[in-house]
Amino acid sequence: MQDKKADLVIIGGGPAGLAAAAAARKEGLEDILIIERDVRLGGILNQCIHNGFGLHTFKEELTGPEYAARYIRQIIDEKIPFMTGTMAVNISFDEKTGLKTVKAMNGDEGLFNIEAKAVILAMGCRERPRGALNIPGYRPSGIYSAGTAQYYVNMEGRMIGKRVVILGSGDIGLIMARRMTYEGAKVLCVAELQPYSGGLKRNIVQCLDDFDIPLLLSHTVVDIKGKRRVEGVTIAEVDENRKPIPGTEQFYECDTLLLSCGLIPENELSLAVGVRINPVTGGAFVNESLETNIPGVYACGNVLHVHDLVDYVSGEASVAGKNAADFLLGKEKKSGDEIKFEIRPENGVRYSVPSTVDLAKMPDTLTVRFRVGAEYRNVNLVTYVDGKKMTSQPKAVMAPGEMQQLILVKKRLSELAGRGPFHELTVRIEEKDA
Amino acid sequence: MLNERRVSFKNGGISGMDIRELTCIRCPIGCQIKVEMENGEVKSVTGNSCPRGEEYAVSEVTHPSRIVTSLVRIKGGERPVVSVKTASDVPKEKMMDVISALKGIELTAPVHIGDVVIKDVAGCGADVVVTSDIPEGE
Repeated sequence: MQDKKADLVIIGGGPAGLAAAAAARKEGLEDILIIERDVRLGGILNQCIHNGFGLHTFKEELTGPEYAARYIRQIIDEKIPFMTGTMAVNISFDEKTGLKTVKAMNGDEGLFNIEAKAVILAMGCRERPRGALNIPGYRPSGIYSAGTAQYYVNMEGRMIGKRVVILGSGDIGLIMARRMTYEGAKVLCVAELQPYSGGLKRNIVQCLDDFDIPLLLSHTVVDIKGKRRVEGVTIAEVDENRKPIPGTEQFYECDTLLLSCGLIPENELSLAVGVRINPVTGGAFVNESLETNIPGVYACGNVLHVHDLVDYVSGEASVAGKNAADFLLGKEKKSGDEIKFEIRPENGVRYSVPSTVDLAKMPDTLTVRFRVGAEYRNVNLVTYVDGKKMTSQPKAVMAPGEMQQLILVKKRLSELAGRGPFHELTVRIEEKDA
Repeated sequence: MLNERRVSFKNGGISGMDIRELTCIRCPIGCQIKVEMENGEVKSVTGNSCPRGEEYAVSEVTHPSRIVTSLVRIKGGERPVVSVKTASDVPKEKMMDVISALKGIELTAPVHIGDVVIKDVAGCGADVVVTSDIPEGE
């Protein structure tokens, strides 16, 4: 087993890992190593051949592979080392030395250790599988998670079915509705358990409406027919408790069922090194620097919380990359006054990233990202510091499928924080005129 | 809600006052845009948060168009298909014509982002270009 060393090891060469690496190098960090499980860099962007990426980052509309290529180009131009076809299998942390050991393996070198001073977790997320959905019926072929189907079609050039039902209105499901239609399949409908779509509005317009594919809100699959191959599915309407309403069942003859029912951050490595996980996001609890509870271990992208736009992933990952570089280069701001805020998401705000803020370490402005638990219209997004109102922003629409942002201003926080080291920063949704 | 929107898409625009509600698809924010029309002409656009939204709304009620993204076969590369797109919008009703034009095409690796696959596809005035780099492969 040959051992390696790097100041910063980035686990994952998708959009988060690439942006983190580019930002760390820009900050002046030399010794970086990216570990990627796939045979190429770019992660899931490679199979996202549709357009709509990059409007925020590059001010133009790119496809997934083109967006990835922009970052891969930076990695190559900057000569940042990366290992593809290499899988990290464990991370350990030595509290005495502060060093981390990333255990990884690949076909050429077998199992090896990489000693790292800092680690950025950028492993992304996985799709919720059928087993987690409790759909009755046999287990015939023809049932795919939407992303797996996307891989078969877009990367391997395979046709996976001719008559398709999609369960779940997540973005990948919506994108695949259009993709399958282009490929000559008939997409019968998209059934969504919730009374609202989990995907972006634009995808409902251009992937469903454009092709007259019905979106059945408050509907779910209650039975799958077929032993060897899917022969059809039964879809029923659900009540407000998401229980199927008897008598509403309808049979759809189809050979394929795609599942687009949510994404789950992939945090096995994070757990191995002792990172505390937020049960709401399935990702790490992080501070203002996107650092986890393990010093020098950062998280960003979909492994931290599932994003809707890759542009936000890149933005977040750049912050993690810069902060990791500052930590390693001794440029990190020292926490002088020890004034800390714990962010409390309340009343419709499901979580926040970060969840704590050290005033001395935060930049002049800090982006807080969060999601809401239901659809809200004409409400105020209100923040309080120790019960004192700090900001109130009117919001026309807030939907669970879309990530929300809030900018914290350091000056305001320091003005409002009273005596003592610990403060509460509450973020909540309030009715107008409340 | 979906049906309402679909109805509003298809209604009117020929004579008299008409208000159409659209979801902007120019970026993932998805602004809800209201277009006020009179005798088939756009009178006002509201609800958009950027100039692209206004441009989209006007285009959507007069001549709707889309970028089409798909795949074509490729030989000699590391995988059997390569992603492509129309370099600019094509009329919405021509989307499936673009898809049909891609059938039967086979490229040879290597190809690079921006390589032109078909010029002026389906008479839309847009070129189809490659969106992934595919090196010569195993």
